[in-house]
Amino acid sequence: MGQDSGTSPQGSRVWHYGRKLSALAATVALTFIGLLFVTFLIGRVVPIDPVLAAVGDRAPAEVYERVRIELGLHLPLYQQFLVYIGKVLQGDLGQSVLTANAVTTDIARVFPATLELATAATLFGIVLGIPMGVLAAVHQGRWPDQLLRVVGLFGYSVPVFWLGLMGLLLFYGRLDWAPGPGRLDVFYEGLLDPVTGVILIDSALAGEWDIFRNALAHITLPAAILGYFSLAYISRMTRSFMLEQLNQEYITTARVKGVSERAVVWRHALGNVRIPLVTVIALSYGNLLEGSVLTETVFAWPGLGFYLTQSLLSADMNAVLGGTIVVGAVFIGINLLSDALYRLMDPRAR
Amino acid sequence: MTTSSANSIATHRHDRLRQWLLSTAPRSRRQARLGRAYIAWLTFIENRLAMIGLGIIIVLVAAAALAPIIAPYAPNAPNLAERLMPMSSAHWLGTDELGRDILSRIIHGSRLTLYVIVLVAIIAAPVGLLIGTVAGYIGGWLDVVLMRVTDIFLAFPKLILALAFVSALGPGIENAIIAIAITAWPPYARIARAETITIRKADFIKAARLQGAGPIRLIWGHVMPLCLSSLIVRVTLDMAGIILTAAGLGFLGLGAQPPLPEWGAMISSGRKFMLDQWWVAAMPGVAIFVVSLGFNLLGDGLRDVLDPKAEGR
Repeated sequence: MGQDSGTSPQGSRVWHYGRKLSALAATVALTFIGLLFVTFLIGRVVPIDPVLAAVGDRAPAEVYERVRIELGLHLPLYQQFLVYIGKVLQGDLGQSVLTANAVTTDIARVFPATLELATAATLFGIVLGIPMGVLAAVHQGRWPDQLLRVVGLFGYSVPVFWLGLMGLLLFYGRLDWAPGPGRLDVFYEGLLDPVTGVILIDSALAGEWDIFRNALAHITLPAAILGYFSLAYISRMTRSFMLEQLNQEYITTARVKGVSERAVVWRHALGNVRIPLVTVIALSYGNLLEGSVLTETVFAWPGLGFYLTQSLLSADMNAVLGGTIVVGAVFIGINLLSDALYRLMDPRAR
Repeated sequence: MTTSSANSIATHRHDRLRQWLLSTAPRSRRQARLGRAYIAWLTFIENRLAMIGLGIIIVLVAAAALAPIIAPYAPNAPNLAERLMPMSSAHWLGTDELGRDILSRIIHGSRLTLYVIVLVAIIAAPVGLLIGTVAGYIGGWLDVVLMRVTDIFLAFPKLILALAFVSALGPGIENAIIAIAITAWPPYARIARAETITIRKADFIKAARLQGAGPIRLIWGHVMPLCLSSLIVRVTLDMAGIILTAAGLGFLGLGAQPPLPEWGAMISSGRKFMLDQWWVAAMPGVAIFVVSLGFNLLGDGLRDVLDPKAEGR
């Protein structure tokens, strides 16, 4: 707190928060404008003439000129950039050549699928990763620790798309434990009215438990493959946070007082690790959104990543840049959120 | 008898060299440098995993250098009579949909992998080093601006940004390299800046400045060399990520184009036959995994030797 805390602690605290918040907001705004600047530059660099793409190469010169002015391409670059920012802020990301829809509409349609997959994967990573990290820290240097090391090295070295293909080969092709690619069997497709777009939630709301079970079966393999990477990261970080805590004096005090070892590890130490872990989980969630591009392509999962790669292959620039902006914005937002959560939960960071 | 005495002479000479290297009172600058390198090497070879990593990298480099000699077949010679053959003594890893030998293609593909990582490292590391040292040494508004730009790039999802760049530049291995390099430099700038700030106020820098050294000379001759070891560690650890990104771009059809034997593109083309001829997609993936693992192991070992402060990534 500032030096004037003696005069009006309440007021100075509000002021302090206000200043921090506005600094944070400025950072985020700057980063977002930077993101738009990069996508704008990429859009300008592309060797495709947007006017020709709109009017075709047989159009007379006056039509060409009119469309050029309509698209705002006669303005100087900085004005074009300002117009571009204005459009993006209004949610106008242009039109997709591939689907003939507004890119915003397309993204709103495919985004829930990505959200569903990334959330399921993160849950997988949390549920397995935290206990593994704790065990590795408690048994430092022995087999749980070695296992964790192997899991981590494997995760940092294996290509996610290859792991996905091998998972499909083994569990779908050979063992027949998992259903094939996609979010649902063809039989169930289109039976459900999208409410949230997240099939697991929609089907549960509608009481369609057959569909729910089918969707769950479909999401298990891709979520496990994608979640493996968050498992590797979360368990590693849990281990190092736990080691740090277990060497502190309050742990010795608790042990001397006769607190059971289980309570010392799982309540005292893990309780203090909770806060930094939130940041780690948020970061891994952001990374999964990115990793989902390749996973979705392998599993024909109709999410944002699949949409992005489809648009890429047909040189649909509006869709590609729109998808980049959305993923980038979510990524920035998640980083911001994890930072805010950390400050909120840890009084020392305020 | 003669062999044992020859042996003992060799051992003796070896001991003398060892003593000279490990001397605590080196008599020349060269002796001190070599001695330090020798101690680092001794620490390094004790780390068995790091040695395995080094071995993998050496095999990769050898395969790339000697590809035409050691590959049993030409990488792009189709042989439609032998399409999609399983593993056999003639084709150790089988053949692909055009009857090309997969082992030969993987061996030739090591050249592309090496090409990508070397070029990305050559482009991204110096850029990051320059930006970081200049920002850290000069400070002031230049530091604020440069680090703001770095943070903006750090805040982007890397693969998505690379995808967007490649989509603008057009598919191809050179454009993939440029796109990866554009997304790879920010962490290097951060590291170099952090190192620079800790040594900026050191006495030896002040002494050099009093002797009249200008900022360019100071940054180039005194600051940059001290940033190198942590940078080398970070670049080595990043190599695995670069390989994976390049393979991912290849898999999506945005990196190296067929018929180039790029490992990611090979997986992509093998995908169609995966359920029946699994080896076509599986084998290049094993190669990617092994090489990434090698760089991760080597990077971990190098970190222990060169940068013992930085535990954990």
